[in-house]
Amino acid sequence: MSEQNSTVAIATTARPSPTGGAPSSPPSALKRMMGGSAGRNLGLVIALALLVVVGAITAGDRFLTVDNMLTIIRFASIIGVISIGMTFVITAGGIDLSVGSVMGLATVVSTLTAVQLAATQTSWLLMVLIALGVGMAAGYINGVVIAYGNVVAFMATLAMLVGARGLAELLSNRQTQIVNNSGFLSFTRADLLGVPVLIWIFVVVAAAGWFLLNRTTFGRRTVAIGGNREAARLAGINVKRHTVYLYVLSGFTCGIAAIMMLGRTTAGTSTHGTLYELDAIAAVVVGGTLLIGGRGTIVGTVLGVLIFSTLTNVFTQNNLSTSVQAVAKGVIIVVAVLLQQKFASRGGKST
Amino acid sequence: MIEDDHSPSLLDVRQITKSFAGVTALAGVDLTVRAGEVHCVLGQNGAGKSTLIKTLSGVYQPDGGTIHWQGRATTIASPVAALALGIATMYQELDVVDGLTVAENIFLGHENATGGVLRVASANREAAALMARLGHAAISPRTEVGSLSAANKQIVSMARALSRDTKLIIMDEPSAVLDSEEVKNLFRVVRELTESGIAVIYISHRLEEIRQIGDRITVIKDGRSTASGLAVAHTPTPELIRLMTGRDVANVFPARVPVPTDSPVVLEIEGLSVRGLFSPVDFAVRAGEIVGLAGLVGSGRSEILETVYGARRATTGLVRVAGTTLRNGSVNGAVAAGVGLSPEERKSQGLLLDEPVFKNITLATFGRFALGGMLNDRRERAAAAEQISSLELRPADPDQLTRTLSGGNQQKILLARWLVHGTRVLLLDEPTRGVDVGARAEIYSLIRRLAAAGNAIVIVSSEIEEVLGLADRVLVVADGRVLTTTNTTDIDEHGVLDLVMKGSAA
Repeated sequence: MSEQNSTVAIATTARPSPTGGAPSSPPSALKRMMGGSAGRNLGLVIALALLVVVGAITAGDRFLTVDNMLTIIRFASIIGVISIGMTFVITAGGIDLSVGSVMGLATVVSTLTAVQLAATQTSWLLMVLIALGVGMAAGYINGVVIAYGNVVAFMATLAMLVGARGLAELLSNRQTQIVNNSGFLSFTRADLLGVPVLIWIFVVVAAAGWFLLNRTTFGRRTVAIGGNREAARLAGINVKRHTVYLYVLSGFTCGIAAIMMLGRTTAGTSTHGTLYELDAIAAVVVGGTLLIGGRGTIVGTVLGVLIFSTLTNVFTQNNLSTSVQAVAKGVIIVVAVLLQQKFASRGGKST
Repeated sequence: MIEDDHSPSLLDVRQITKSFAGVTALAGVDLTVRAGEVHCVLGQNGAGKSTLIKTLSGVYQPDGGTIHWQGRATTIASPVAALALGIATMYQELDVVDGLTVAENIFLGHENATGGVLRVASANREAAALMARLGHAAISPRTEVGSLSAANKQIVSMARALSRDTKLIIMDEPSAVLDSEEVKNLFRVVRELTESGIAVIYISHRLEEIRQIGDRITVIKDGRSTASGLAVAHTPTPELIRLMTGRDVANVFPARVPVPTDSPVVLEIEGLSVRGLFSPVDFAVRAGEIVGLAGLVGSGRSEILETVYGARRATTGLVRVAGTTLRNGSVNGAVAAGVGLSPEERKSQGLLLDEPVFKNITLATFGRFALGGMLNDRRERAAAAEQISSLELRPADPDQLTRTLSGGNQQKILLARWLVHGTRVLLLDEPTRGVDVGARAEIYSLIRRLAAAGNAIVIVSSEIEEVLGLADRVLVVADGRVLTTTNTTDIDEHGVLDLVMKGSAA
């Protein structure tokens, strides 16, 4: 593997295209598919299947029930929704560290006494709109500071992480705010066709995210900006405006996650979402989205989230401590990223 | 094959082959290098030059063939092994670390240290001696490399090679980033190296340079050496072009077609300036006309083009396209008005290398194929395929990964990008940089065709010959000022150079 030793070889190594591409030249069709998103996702599916097998062997009956499967997915759904927004930001070469605390802030604002009072008088949808509004406003501030203030995304969103958390503490006076709106709770805690609404929300957000990234001009611009910002700018793409949109989108998914969180816990508090940014980034990157941008995969992100939530479930079923889980998570992140790089460099060449 | 037994060969490569995942990069290359010679390796983009270099520098292992070093069969297992043998490589993307000093760069990887503690003073002293040997004693070993010009970074890179016991230096297109004065200096340094017995493998596209510096030539085409060890002095240029391209290149520049006198003015530039970069410029381009900007690197020619395009904000003046004034500093406005730019740095400013060709072709226009924000890949592919066949892009596959295309074909993508949805004004910055001779002629005739189709074209190039051969009128630029505007038939290369030199001196 002397190729790997040379920075030159790495720099000129081709990455497979994110869409896989149509099999137009016969000899490479299969290779393109395997090197493309299908091949990478296959790796994630295998990893997930392995986890399920481990779960079935170690925890047996308790693990392999429909209820437990739904628990795993429900557990994944909130982080999952945030990770969809994060996938867009990272694909465009950015990062959003503020997702967890923005979600926390949104849960606090939409459960303020005044808001809940107004919601009782009008409709529980008011709480939904406020949560989404708070998320988008925070995302807008992130986007403007990054795009027009030329602050690096890491610092701008780190500031938002700290600031939003502080604001949430101020507004809630560090108290837990119970949701007492029955309309809101009966919606968020309902089942549809035997599947909890939280899971449906995740499914809808993931599907919409896939469509947005792969089938719309918005998605194409996102990939182009992440792939080569300067080329995108010189091709007439409004990079700054699009950057703002991306962080607003990320904030929007935080707002949705806040609604889901309120449904699950029936309370708003400033501590909701602590360290969610790290879980989301890990899921996105393990899923195969490049941290430097230019390639993003929603399917990969969904699989990444499911892998972590299945792992947590397997460990919980076996009564292992959260500390053991954390160590395992760390190992899995490193191994997954190493495997990703191996997949990505396959078939790369230069002349 | 010409064998000359006067001096023993330092490096003797026989029939080496290399393929990547079934794609053959080298199909049998012979190369014999003697101590103290400058051996040029010539070949089009994609011919296998880079693979050959990387094989010799230990980055790749050949699949077949033999390598003899100083008469003994050798395998070059890694870049470190290559350095240990005495083979140093200067890559095109200079491998110096900007944040370190000259001395630190020179001894990077084999630092002068006692028990892990750097001996800074002795390193600086030795670095100073090496820089002096290369004729650049003026550069202090304590200078941070990031503050040096590309030319001086090359000298540092060469000093690094000399700091080890180097017998062979491989230079991959060293002149690509240099202006003509710096190239002269580079040649002087190369000559001094060879006089001390060091051999140099010199890779270049530029035939004129090879004439000046080379002793012998090996030509590579499609991964095979079509000629090995030809004496430079005895090989005529047409012969070299034939060996390189497999066909005869009669006339590089296509015949000039006079612009009709009633042709409307499409692009007007009035008093355009950017403080600190260039003073007010006025010119107009008619439909079907090609206007060239000639000048040295740093003269302001690229900056003028970028300001016209809105990629830089103008301090004064305005740009009109077909009578409509463009919004200052707005690329979107320029694109909407039918202006297209093919940027100077193809890879860093122009292309998404890891995306398929068709997405690069439609990068500026995919929104126009979309319906309500939803992409239409099928129509995009079809439109791209149309351009691919009309520009004779190779391979003719819209789904090909852009990274795998040769420089000439990547350049065609940048032209195709603006032809997909019709343009009126094309701004071309260095349209043939890194493009080999054969593909160059193709791009020239393409540019001519685009002008004949009614586009107004502005072209910037550091090769004066290219500007004079293509353009109808030329603006000579030096130090951010337009010195003169004239018909290209009224001036020759020496005339332009004279003006540039005087202008820079004033």
